[in-house]
Amino acid sequence: MAHAHESNIKRIWVVFGILSVITIVEVILGIIKPESLMVSVLGMKLLNWIFIILTLVKAYYIAWAFMHLEGEKGSFRWSIVLPLLILIPYLAFILLVEGNYIHDIYSEGYISWDF
Amino acid sequence: MEATVTTDSKEKVWSGGGVKPLGASYGKMMMWFFIVSDALTFSGFLVAYGFSRYKFIETWPIADEVFTHFPFLHGVDAPMYYVALMTFILIFSSVTMVLAVDAGHQLKKNKVIWYMLLTIIGGLIFVGSQAWEWKNFISGEYGAVELKSGRILQFVDASTGERVALADFAKEIEEDRTTQQSNQGVWYMSETSLPSYSLEEIKTGFESHENIVVRTEMLNEHGEKTVLSRAESAERLGQATTVVEGANLVRNEYGSRLFADFFFFITGFHGFHVFSGVVINIIIFINIVLGTYERRKSYEMVEKVGLYWHFVDLVWVFVFTFFYLV
Repeated sequence: MAHAHESNIKRIWVVFGILSVITIVEVILGIIKPESLMVSVLGMKLLNWIFIILTLVKAYYIAWAFMHLEGEKGSFRWSIVLPLLILIPYLAFILLVEGNYIHDIYSEGYISWDF
Repeated sequence: MEATVTTDSKEKVWSGGGVKPLGASYGKMMMWFFIVSDALTFSGFLVAYGFSRYKFIETWPIADEVFTHFPFLHGVDAPMYYVALMTFILIFSSVTMVLAVDAGHQLKKNKVIWYMLLTIIGGLIFVGSQAWEWKNFISGEYGAVELKSGRILQFVDASTGERVALADFAKEIEEDRTTQQSNQGVWYMSETSLPSYSLEEIKTGFESHENIVVRTEMLNEHGEKTVLSRAESAERLGQATTVVEGANLVRNEYGSRLFADFFFFITGFHGFHVFSGVVINIIIFINIVLGTYERRKSYEMVEKVGLYWHFVDLVWVFVFTFFYLV
């Protein structure tokens, strides 16, 4: 039974520290909104890219450390993560492009939205 | 550590036939695959939010201006501080959950009990905070009027640029109009409660207060809402049809109607997940206290609910980013 599990307590607190720092940075950036980060990169503000990247870093730490994906077999790990990594960006790409297209139709077409 | 579930009689009940594909027990693997499908559901919601936002990119409400409340600080402008605190509470309850799982691996029953209790308390605080957020969102703060097109006009002070509540300038006019109740109307017709001020009162108040102008939903190049001149304001106000206070599924004083719909739907769905997570945690907590897992010599059930709990935290990280930050 129950083969010896070494304690991961130190790792848990380190990860908590990382997640806290990232959240604090996000909130500070969200409140001051530095003018230098408002430039558009690939159709979106640089600040928003930073937010999304920081969020993915947080998601990585939660899934790998807290949900203990780092301890699972590689095959199991990727059978969970890969479908999400493929399907979600795919869906986001399609719908955001479509939303942008409809926006252009509304703003350049003969439709008045403000009356 | 062969069987996932063993009873007192040491009889194997179900461990997926004793074979462990991918090195994971049956229960754990199924929890993971449930999480994958639930993650796709949430991503569908968030992407739908993104779609609508891209569609109305120039008129979308600014989250900083909507979520500005902090408990016990009345009238203080505190954008995002409370959501950030909620995020911390949820992350911390994730930490106590993973500590409970860790203590479970070492079969330390009392430690597991305490950590689970802290996790449950954290979850309850989070759900309570979300309910409070909803209350503020529904009751609204300043009030606005809606035009024929469904567009929202908000009122600002021309000299300071600060928002002005309807109550600050609307002129009270005596009138007999009351809320129609089903017991008084023809054929049981009724209506929702009337706004505190009628359109007439707002228009009269607008005339007598020279410094009030309106703000449209349109964002200018600095990412701020466009403020109109006094003459333009008067013209726009002439097209107003409805007074809007707070938010519901039909209209809201913050701007785009879809904004409130997505807010209710996404945070509501997430809040329901947190609520059910708390209920499941309580069930497991009772089992731990009763010593069920102590007898099984395995705390894997704690690990499984832990996975669900962390997932709820994971989803919140994304909701926080896309609803409040971006």
